[in-house]
Amino acid sequence: MQIRLEGRARVLGDDVNTDYIITSARKRETIDERILTQYLLETLDPAFAGSVQPGDILVAGRNFGCGSAMEVAVTVPVAAGIRAVLARSFARTYYRNAINNGLIPVECDTSAIREADRLLVDLGAELTVRDETLGLTIAARPLPAHMLRILEAGGLVPYIRAHGGFAVTR
Amino acid sequence: MAGKTVGEKILSARSGVDARAGDVVVCEIDFGLGTDASTPMAIDYFQAMGGTRVRHPERFAFSLDHYAPPSSAKSAALHDRVRAFARVHGIPLWEVGEGIGLQLMVESGRCRPGGLVIGADSHSTTFGACNAFGTGIGSSDLAAAMIAGQVWLRVPETTKVWLDGALRPGVAAKDVILSLVGQLGQEGANYQALEFVGPGAESLTMDERLVLSNMSVEMGAKAGIFLADHATRAYLASRVVEPLTPIEPDPDARYAREIAIDLSALEPQIARPHEPDNVVALHETAGTRVDMVFVGTCTGGRVSDFHQVLAQVEDSGGIAPGVVLVLTPASREVYLELLRDGTLVTLTALGAVVTTPGCGACCGTSGMIPGDGMTVVSTANRNFKARMGNATASIYLASPASCGAAAATGMLTGPRVRV
Repeated sequence: MQIRLEGRARVLGDDVNTDYIITSARKRETIDERILTQYLLETLDPAFAGSVQPGDILVAGRNFGCGSAMEVAVTVPVAAGIRAVLARSFARTYYRNAINNGLIPVECDTSAIREADRLLVDLGAELTVRDETLGLTIAARPLPAHMLRILEAGGLVPYIRAHGGFAVTR
Repeated sequence: MAGKTVGEKILSARSGVDARAGDVVVCEIDFGLGTDASTPMAIDYFQAMGGTRVRHPERFAFSLDHYAPPSSAKSAALHDRVRAFARVHGIPLWEVGEGIGLQLMVESGRCRPGGLVIGADSHSTTFGACNAFGTGIGSSDLAAAMIAGQVWLRVPETTKVWLDGALRPGVAAKDVILSLVGQLGQEGANYQALEFVGPGAESLTMDERLVLSNMSVEMGAKAGIFLADHATRAYLASRVVEPLTPIEPDPDARYAREIAIDLSALEPQIARPHEPDNVVALHETAGTRVDMVFVGTCTGGRVSDFHQVLAQVEDSGGIAPGVVLVLTPASREVYLELLRDGTLVTLTALGAVVTTPGCGACCGTSGMIPGDGMTVVSTANRNFKARMGNATASIYLASPASCGAAAATGMLTGPRVRV
């Protein structure tokens, strides 16, 4: 399988928790991710939701998606057209939820990437990131094999539909 | 071959393979929790996955706790979806007012030594206090678990947290875990299990152990596990019929790291806005004016927590003018005990507000939302900006005794110690 994404970098900081991605209080009214996109990252930047474009790539520091395991923190960015998140590291529940919903979590050194840089993400035999604006290729940590299978299936929904359960080899 | 940690042993037993840190295994779960915040999405995933029946409905439970009571027709509609699914599939449901699902999983005896208990709630690490492997998952994983009865897990490395000594008066389990979160940071135990061991761990009550396991996730931990001892057995005696099978680490188990904490050397701690690892000694914040004090949640809403608050407020002669003290028992069992022993009568007479057992004001989904610019001190586990529903509020996290002292004086201050 080969996935190639091209998009604009949207740079965030360290420890961006899931409440910052979408606040808990917003989802008590609806879990419809299309409605919730208007509140995406509102606590960090009220203008963010209005400026996000399909294809944008989130670029964060350490521990992206910490805090609550709430899955709207993944489905809302996906509904906004974001298909990948680059971060120095991810909180474990966010990483799982991302894979399960076909959002590609890319663990790499994001320190050089600047707001609005053009980024290329290639997921094939290996995972590579290229900052076209800087002319910089960034090594990314490969996705674990079992996670790649879920991602290749298109997420956990098509994976379970196809397999009826889990088939993980060690 | 080195021995195994508690986490490696539980995940080996539940997967049927010789599991070591770093392995990915498919495990049979003992129990799984869905809340009103995570289950509606899980139902959507279940249907999208082609799910028609829940494989082991008796192993799951749903709780209506985050929106308890619902504050709008839309929240109520989310509850109705959960109720309907539970009815159709025969899944036990905890109604509005019964309490926080995490607490009810523990009270009902579903968390027991050696078990694998998952929850679509990040604070499912709480279950580790009962020597279970408790971990949080999302709604899609909950849906898959309902279909397959299984979950895949990467076997975590383990950090051993050696607790020595005993807590001094005025110092609480919350101070221990705040100190550790401050030391390790929000990512300090990411993907890892914590094992809380040593004489200090044995000296802690179940209520206190639950606090440490609960907030393990504030360091990114996958689990926060205690060993089973007399306190575990005493707590579970009336809650679990089957014989208990405690899991201990092998003497030659391999640990990623060992951390030692001398409980007797600790003083009260506090997490300042807006991160749970922004921790300092409480005295460094002394004198900060407080508008609202919140006592409750899956961290600090148990019987002994309210007793601590009562002691502080009584000893000071009441609640300071201008301070709102909000009390939310973690469960109906806790609520009833506090009604029977008079704690809530006294605190209510002094002016405290008591709300429906559940998550309450913790994450702005039910209960009191702080006003603009308010300063809140809370027994909860997270103080992210806007966490309680108002981005201009400042939230501090402290022990129940420290919260009680704040309610009594109207400012952050060390708890009074009875002599």
